[in-house]
Amino acid sequence: MNVTQATRLVAEREIRVKLRDRTFLFGTLFFLLIAAAGTILPPLLSGGPDTVAVTQEAAGPLRDAGLDVRVVADDQAAEQAVRDGDVDAAVVSGPKVLAMDESPTDVVQALSSSPPVQLLDPDAVDPVVAFLVPFVFAFVFFITSQTFGLQIAQSVTEEKQTRIVEILVAAVPVRALLAGKVVAGAILAFAQIALIAVVAVLGMQIGDSGGLLSLLAPAIGWFVPFFLIGFVLLAAMWAAAGALANRQEDVAAVSTPVQLAVMLPFFAVIFLNDNATAMRVLSYLPFSSPTAMPLRLFTGDAAGWEPIVSLVLLVLAAGAFVIAGARVYEGSLLRTNGRTSLRTAWRERETIG
Amino acid sequence: MTRTLRLDGVDRSFGDRQVLRNVSFEVSAGRMTGFVGANGAGKTTTMRIILGVLAPDAGEVSWGGTTLTRQDRQRFGYMPEERGLYPKMTTREQVAYLGRLHGLDAAAARRSTDALLDRVGLGERGDDLLETLSLGNQQRAQIAAALVHDPEVLVLDEPFSGLDPLAVETVVAVLRERASAGAPVLFSSHQLDVVERLCDDLVIIGDGGIRAAGSRQQLRDSYTVPRFELVVEHDAGWVRDHPGVTVVELDGARVVFDLPAGTDEQPVLRAALARGAVRAFRPVSPSLTEIFREVTQ
Repeated sequence: MNVTQATRLVAEREIRVKLRDRTFLFGTLFFLLIAAAGTILPPLLSGGPDTVAVTQEAAGPLRDAGLDVRVVADDQAAEQAVRDGDVDAAVVSGPKVLAMDESPTDVVQALSSSPPVQLLDPDAVDPVVAFLVPFVFAFVFFITSQTFGLQIAQSVTEEKQTRIVEILVAAVPVRALLAGKVVAGAILAFAQIALIAVVAVLGMQIGDSGGLLSLLAPAIGWFVPFFLIGFVLLAAMWAAAGALANRQEDVAAVSTPVQLAVMLPFFAVIFLNDNATAMRVLSYLPFSSPTAMPLRLFTGDAAGWEPIVSLVLLVLAAGAFVIAGARVYEGSLLRTNGRTSLRTAWRERETIG
Repeated sequence: MTRTLRLDGVDRSFGDRQVLRNVSFEVSAGRMTGFVGANGAGKTTTMRIILGVLAPDAGEVSWGGTTLTRQDRQRFGYMPEERGLYPKMTTREQVAYLGRLHGLDAAAARRSTDALLDRVGLGERGDDLLETLSLGNQQRAQIAAALVHDPEVLVLDEPFSGLDPLAVETVVAVLRERASAGAPVLFSSHQLDVVERLCDDLVIIGDGGIRAAGSRQQLRDSYTVPRFELVVEHDAGWVRDHPGVTVVELDGARVVFDLPAGTDEQPVLRAALARGAVRAFRPVSPSLTEIFREVTQ
């Protein structure tokens, strides 16, 4: 049996066990519900035309604007309907628009004539969307790499804590154990995101915000390779942290540096996403490039070659971290007496591998 | 096909502490070889090196005359001293998984798992999560895990420690079966009485070096001075004054004594007969404990 076959067997087991884990299944379901609710509900809630009370003679233009028109006898009845909350607004003679506490934009627009608008940069992004999209990208990468990374660490520690690791190491190369876990984590994380994305896209179709989708498509296309390679980089760190710990209780403490490596770029991208210089730097740093580079592509700041250079840097960094992670992993896997220091693990590689 | 597992001049240090010094011995095909030594003498390190879990600093392990490869080791069965299985998997599933890691295909792993679980008496509980099994049943699962791929060589580190008496019998039966099928079986234990009952050959390690190795009988012959037990009618105290005799134990009419190697014991018997009736006179085989004490001193 070669390393590839062994890696596949290890990955298969990891995935099988995970797919039976209730916490994981409910977590995924929860994300799916949020994705569905987040895309379907807002148009529905804001949805429905404003209701407006108006006398018969003024009703025409409002009907043409698609508003829900209630015809009333006179201005007084119209005002009363607003006060009673039967309608959102009323149009009385003047013409004057009545409403309780919020200016009814739709009604005002129906009554006014706007000058023609010509967009010179039609791709320019709606400010709300421009605020939300960075957040979503950063959040997706943060949550998934945190969740699945922690699971890799816990799975490594479990094998150490239950001592099954010695049987495993005697049977297959240590590299295959490590690779199997990372591959399984990446597949699960990616599948979960893909599922959420499908639900979100369907939700956008139902909620009729399909226009956003075509804007997002190129950024999402780049997000996929960045995400996968960024995940592998972090997964190598998580696995090493898991191998240093001796019990599940220690995983949190040992993995603090890894958590920081996930969290700091997350906040940097969230808080600095309108600072072009900062984003340029972040889009090349291996830990933040998985979120920062797709974002710059989304906002149209990045030239065509930039994601390629950044991706190459990320691949190199991931390669280096996988090699270093594997060394720490091998150096600490069989040390079952207490926590292993990073230094010991690095210097004294015990196994043949 | 008889193949021998052989260690040749194996050294190993951890930091500046040398744990194994020039360790060489053989485990012959079809023989049960007991591996004994005090705690910290180097038993576990030696076994880990055989399995490739640890690398030796010097020396080599060979199997049938050629240096061990990972492919060879896949056909080894190993039970580490500190052992466990996945608590959240069923026994059947993880035993089959370990079979596949050792190179079985899915169908063969399933077949072998079913047969083994029945064999160790876990057929009924095979689909329960391991953590829900009693400790004794978990030990049986562990045995199945070591044997699922029908190993060609068995290396077991303290296989009996923590086992309940029934599980000990199961392990003993399985080990004998494998040995008689021609597999070399190496097992360590600190329970010398168990080793004495089971092993054909013996390897004694002390402080990182091999102190003695060979068949049980051979060791008995070479490591102990001739010892005899004599039971007479009355007091046996006079034996103390017989030339060449070292009394080991004296209890009224019964005495156990050593003679220098090569000395004829019959003069003592004649002296006893001259004094009265002799109820018993026989050579005493030294116990493993005594050999062990002698060679590791």
